[in-house]
Order: sequence, then C-alpha cells, then structure tokens
Amino acid sequence: MEFTEKHVEGLKELLYKMADDLLIIGHRNSEWTGLGPMLEEDIAFSSMAQDKIGQSLALFELLHELGESDPDTVAFTRNAPQFHCSQLVELPIGEYDFSMVRHFFFDHAEAIRFDMLSESVFEPLAMVAKKFKGEIKYHTMHADVFMQKLAAGGEESFGKMQQAINDTFALALGMFEPGDFEAELIEAGIFAGEAELQRRWLDKVVPLLTSYGYMVPQVDGVEPAFGGRKGVHTPHLQPLLDEMTEVFSIDPGADW
Amino acid sequence: MKIESLDPRITRAHIDDEAKIGELNGSEHFQTYEVFQQIKRGTHHQHVGNVHAPNAEMAMLFAKEQYCRRGAAVNLWVVKTADVFVTEYQDADIFETTEDKLYRDPNSYKVMDRINAFKARTNKV
Repeated sequence: MEFTEKHVEGLKELLYKMADDLLIIGHRNSEWTGLGPMLEEDIAFSSMAQDKIGQSLALFELLHELGESDPDTVAFTRNAPQFHCSQLVELPIGEYDFSMVRHFFFDHAEAIRFDMLSESVFEPLAMVAKKFKGEIKYHTMHADVFMQKLAAGGEESFGKMQQAINDTFALALGMFEPGDFEAELIEAGIFAGEAELQRRWLDKVVPLLTSYGYMVPQVDGVEPAFGGRKGVHTPHLQPLLDEMTEVFSIDPGADW
Repeated sequence: MKIESLDPRITRAHIDDEAKIGELNGSEHFQTYEVFQQIKRGTHHQHVGNVHAPNAEMAMLFAKEQYCRRGAAVNLWVVKTADVFVTEYQDADIFETTEDKLYRDPNSYKVMDRINAFKARTNKV
C-alpha cells in the first residue's frame, strides 16, 4: 500500500514522540550518574540511560531519512513547545523511588511499543524495533527486580514505592495520549495505536505490580497527564533543555 | 554553606558542605557475589570479577552491566562469595611439585604427523 501524505505525517509524529521520550528520559536518568544509591546500580542505571539516548538517535536518523533535519539539530535546537515527549519523562529525577517507578512504567510501555512496531509495514522502523529488543528486555528485567525487591523491603520501602506508584500513575497514562493520525497509522499497518498500546501495557504492569503486593489505581478514576505530545509541558522541560544543550550552543557548528 | 559545583546536579542537591557523610558498619555492607561469564555456548564459564548486591537476582542485574557491557556473552552465573570454598595460602605447598611433573603433560607425544594428516584431510572437504 502506498503511503499518503497523512500516513507520512502520522509516522513522523510517532517517531518524534518516541525519540523525544527516549532522549529526555535518557538525559534525566543520566542525572543519577555519580549519585546512585550504590556503585553497581549507579553503573547499571547510567548504562541504561545511555542506551536510551542511543535508541533516540536511531529514531532521529529515521526522521532524517524522511526529510527532517539531522539528529543533532533536531535534538539540540528545539525549545520545549516543539518537543513531543510525555510529561512523565521530563519531570526531575526526585528521589530514587520516583525514578524507579518511572523507569518501570516507561520501559514496559517502550518494550510493548517496540514489540508492536516490529510488525510495522514501515520496515526501517520494524528493523530498529527488532534491533533494540534485547536491550529493552534487560531494562524491564532491571525495573521488575527492583519493584519486586523494594516491595518486600519492609514497611518504609513498600510505603515509598506505593506512594510513588500512586503519584506517577496519571503521568504514566499520559504516555498514551492519542495522536492526530491514529486511524491512518492503524489502517496502513504502521502502528496499532495508542489505545491498543495502553491496553497491552495495563495487561502487563497491573498483574506484575499486584503480584509484588502493590495496589494499582483504577484507570477510570485517574485523569491522564496529557499535553506533552502536543507541546504542552511542565515548567521542568525548558531548564532541562537549556542544560542539555549548553555545550552544543557554545559552537553549534563544531565537529565532534 | 551549601556546596556549589560546576556540575549543576550537585548544586541542585543542596548538599551541606559540613554534613557528615553517612558511615556504614561492616555488617551493613551488602554481601558480594562472584561473577562467571560464558562467552560462547559450550565453552566453560570464566570468573570475571564480583559485585555487591543484596540478593542473587540483583547481583545478576549488576553483573550484566558491570561485566557484559562491552563484549559478547551468552550466559552468566553469580555465586555468593561466601559459598566459594577456598584453599588457604599457607597450604600453597600442596601445589609445589606440580611443575616437576612434565611427564604428565601431553607435550611429548609424537602425533604431529597424524595431526597434519588430519588437517590435510579435512581441508579437502
């Protein structure tokens, strides 16, 4: 099937939100480097943050092939309203409980999204999705073990994690904000859509959290933190971008 | 005074420069796990180092990132260091005559002819 203009628009929208999510959460999680709770975890968490940046690069390269600017320009010269990341990923790292819950919610969504995309009719994206399958599997394994062990780590540990789950759930649902081209993407077989992704995500994370002993908020009772996909962000994104682009901005034309 | 750093993350953390750094007692450290890595299926696992971890599952997570970040691996073992039974260095003399027993090595068998014949045979295939 030939892609129409709308298909391409939808595909770009999809790639931008994925790439932006990965770039921003990668940057945020890298803020733990050197400050992690223990050396081994510091290295593991930092390494996964680097993986996220690498995954975002692969998607920015796909966008470049579709006619968008080169990855550095796209990553380092936009302001907050031009970003399509979810509000979940842009929030400051906070305490380790929040960062861990965000890691758990985000990485399971990413794993399922990439799994769905590995069957995309847009082959370059399907190839990228397959390439990172193992990498993302480790990220979810890491999140799962931490969520499980911290649930069983005594009253204080469980209480902090449960609170972080309650506080983060609406933000996590914000990841599934529908785009403007859901129907076109589904019809063309490019991507099965945000609603389907959210359904599969809930089927994954709710039983996992319940098995660890946590309570999961009811989806119906929660107002998802939408807006990020349309460029509506919290006040935390712009300062992050300023910091991330500080070196690039000194000499945007420099060769690295 | 709060610590001011060129690293904005440190400045943001509002760390008191006179704050006492938390100290750990010996019993508060995590135990260590020894890490064994297999490079290829069928080969033996090799000891590559150790990690601190509160349990085996987390030791496995950490071992993967500490030791398999930059190279191929197909399998990992982690074993509690405390579960490894070791010889004492004061008993190192039990190994002393090992080097004298060259006759136990297969070095002096005259098999090169057969090896070369085998190589020639298999190369043809």
